[in-house]
Amino acid sequence: MSQTVVSLAEELAQELGVDRVLTAAEDLAVYAYDGTAALRQNPACVVFPLTTAEVAFCVQTARRHRAPIVTRGSGTGLSGGSVPMEGALVVCLNRMDRIIELDPRNLTIEVEAGCITQTIDETAGKHGLFYPPDPGSRKISTIGGNVAENSGGLRGLKYGVTRDYVMGLEAVLASGEVVWLGNKCVKDVAGYNLRDLFVGSEGTLGIVTRVLLKLVPLPQARKTMLASYTTLEAAGETVSNIIAAKIIPCTLEFLDQQTIRCVEDFAHVGLPTEAAAVLIMETDGHPHVVAEEAAAMAAIASACGAISVRTAADDAEANKLLSARRAAFSALARVRPTTILEDVTVPRSELAGMVAFIAASAAKHGLQIGTFGHMGDGNLHPTYLTDERNADEMHRVELSLAEIVDRTLAVGGTITGEHGVGLAKKPYLKQQLGDNSYQLLKLVKGALDPDGLLNPGKIFE
Amino acid sequence: MSELNLLKSLDYSVLQQCMHCGMCLPTCPTYDETKFERSSPRGRIRLMREVADGRLDVTETFAEEMSYCLGCLACTTACPAGVDYGTLLENARGEVERRGVIGGPARRLFRWANLSVLFRHPRLMRAVGRSLWLYQKLGVQSALRKLGVMKLLPQQLRVMEAATPTVVAPFSNARIKRIEMPAAPAKYRVALLTGCVQDLLFSPINRATADVLLANGCEVVTPRLQYCCGSLHAHNGELELARDLARKNLDLYDVEKFDAIISNAGGCGSHLKKYAELLHHDSQYHARAVAWDRKVRDVSEWLVEIGCRAPQSAAGGVRVTYDASCHLLHGQKIAAQPLALLKLLPGVDLVPLAESDWCCGSAGVYSITQPEQSAKLLGRKLEHIAATGASVLASGNPGCLMQIENGMRRDPRLAHVRACHPVELLAEAYRREASRIGPGGAE
Repeated sequence: MSQTVVSLAEELAQELGVDRVLTAAEDLAVYAYDGTAALRQNPACVVFPLTTAEVAFCVQTARRHRAPIVTRGSGTGLSGGSVPMEGALVVCLNRMDRIIELDPRNLTIEVEAGCITQTIDETAGKHGLFYPPDPGSRKISTIGGNVAENSGGLRGLKYGVTRDYVMGLEAVLASGEVVWLGNKCVKDVAGYNLRDLFVGSEGTLGIVTRVLLKLVPLPQARKTMLASYTTLEAAGETVSNIIAAKIIPCTLEFLDQQTIRCVEDFAHVGLPTEAAAVLIMETDGHPHVVAEEAAAMAAIASACGAISVRTAADDAEANKLLSARRAAFSALARVRPTTILEDVTVPRSELAGMVAFIAASAAKHGLQIGTFGHMGDGNLHPTYLTDERNADEMHRVELSLAEIVDRTLAVGGTITGEHGVGLAKKPYLKQQLGDNSYQLLKLVKGALDPDGLLNPGKIFE
Repeated sequence: MSELNLLKSLDYSVLQQCMHCGMCLPTCPTYDETKFERSSPRGRIRLMREVADGRLDVTETFAEEMSYCLGCLACTTACPAGVDYGTLLENARGEVERRGVIGGPARRLFRWANLSVLFRHPRLMRAVGRSLWLYQKLGVQSALRKLGVMKLLPQQLRVMEAATPTVVAPFSNARIKRIEMPAAPAKYRVALLTGCVQDLLFSPINRATADVLLANGCEVVTPRLQYCCGSLHAHNGELELARDLARKNLDLYDVEKFDAIISNAGGCGSHLKKYAELLHHDSQYHARAVAWDRKVRDVSEWLVEIGCRAPQSAAGGVRVTYDASCHLLHGQKIAAQPLALLKLLPGVDLVPLAESDWCCGSAGVYSITQPEQSAKLLGRKLEHIAATGASVLASGNPGCLMQIENGMRRDPRLAHVRACHPVELLAEAYRREASRIGPGGAE
């Protein structure tokens, strides 16, 4: 261990106590990764602050030692955003998990960054309220991570993503100073909207320590349905026709056969494993509207050639179905040793063509791809089922991936819908943004973090 | 000693299968306690992979982390990728033992006495059981406890002494005949495994199991002397001893002649169903182990499978709650069957237990090796039990029953609550039914 690391760790330990500063080889090895299997780099030191002031102290100490800082929650990110770089200090916020205030008069909740996403929704539920963003990892993902990556989830179609719920946030800047951005006002146009700049900034502009979130009333009713298809196209057509019929359900999730089989292996919820594709559809709101929309959606599905449309009998069955879907990515790991998840979004009119293109790319390169995703908002997750030990196969994965990115951008899509750029997508960011926009992004980074202390090596090449 | 690293000898793709998604984290009691990544299943698998890759040595910290894991397998239920954590943990612990990185002579002596001697020799075990029974029956234990002699013992032994379960004699061989036939012609022929801990501490559960099987048309074959299934050995990294015991057990039965081999202990059943995997490289025994695995059933699983008959007599307004044994639930994925049996009992008010799927801290020898964490989990469990207001707590594993009983005895809110196996309640209901009908027919 270098002298710098020793003194950095010692200084932190002196202030925070030895129990909250980790430098053992065994500890460094387990903070080397996030939810992206193939990326790995041991940090130099891991620290667990409990307050914003302590986070600021960590930043100031790291700054003195010129150590890069990587912020981390539960490590469920899917773009390598919290994978450390060499010599980094990992600031782990999972112990800052308090709910500070639920304000039922203003429909807001203020929480610390380490608060678990599901806990926020459950707490809101006790007051007849609801926190809609629901990433697949909501049982363990922290809100700080959701804010950093601007996470989406199954309800994005109707309810949007994390950014749409962040009303305010507290952040520690690279200088060690603390700022509050935003407030409880529904309308506020004072100055630049810096709050939104921090949402989705992937830990490169500041460390978000507290978040003020908007809550919405818990819908009175919901109906969850499962439609099965013999072709991928029929499922895609159903989505297009539902949107064209001016129905905005809260969920329209798509799973291909490979994904259906893996999910069913894990969850045993009775998915039709012979179907080429299924759609999980959910509508929520006023009971009358829900009943009407559900009937209309079922009719559209049948007209598009669904072989069956099943309605969940109760909340328990609906939740089971949705949890099964949330596990899709991880369940695909059953097939091959290495699972590489992609996250492309295309305009909804381009969905059917994109799904077909992915299948063709898999066939062309002799690869196995399982595809699932949030079809209603055009967000697809083609997932490579492969083996990192096979160099030739990994090369073919790269070729196919580049092809999928090209196609995505050609049809006006984006290289990431909800996982962020991190390490995984940085080769493609310039391609999407173009030179001018890319440079503008770098200008912002340079202004807020001139020494490149915060999560360097992410987003930008 | 072979130089082959046990983790290296594993199929590497089993380690690779963990893709770090983190779905296991919220289900892990030790991660919940420390919030440290290395105390999580994902973190432990990473450490194992580092060892297999040769990047990390089997250090004391590694060993402590493997020992801190309860082996409750809640992570395997949560894991969408289907990672076989149980096998990984057994091999990691095996590697820790092989390398001898932790523990002084006292630990080695304790492990040797228990794993190599006591739990491998059923006759000796019953002999020790009988002495312990005498010691408890004659009041020596309570006299010594009153004198405060126990305070002189080292801390770990003191914890053990306080938790010494009460031996219940006579043992299974005196309670159950080698072959028992049901009243009506038998529809099934089953073998009954009486266990080692179950045999010494809960032999009435074994009798109750036999009774319930008989009441459901099973001929019950119970060898008088049986071997420990070896789960304790496997879970503690003594895979060779576990294999030896598995072979001895396979020798005891002509598997083909039974419709099922019945276990009534969640932890044992979870291990008993994996003999084929354990004896994978044993050309002589592997085929028999495969046949064996197919026949092993938890008693609740078997009873539901054959359509257990509902007893006709009412127990009368008893509030019962059920705590799932980790290895029954997560190891064997048996969740609904014990509840289905309890629902058959007329007049019983079955109330759900919060966090029934969360470990009670018993976890084999965990309460002895990790008394602090074990006590925390027990406390959490007792809170939930108290909240149900139940007067009976049912659970399908002797370790859990021992741990919870031990906790309830010392908790004034719960001192009156009875801990028992679901089949005991069924057996009692069948007995009441018989006495009610009596020789004269209907009541």
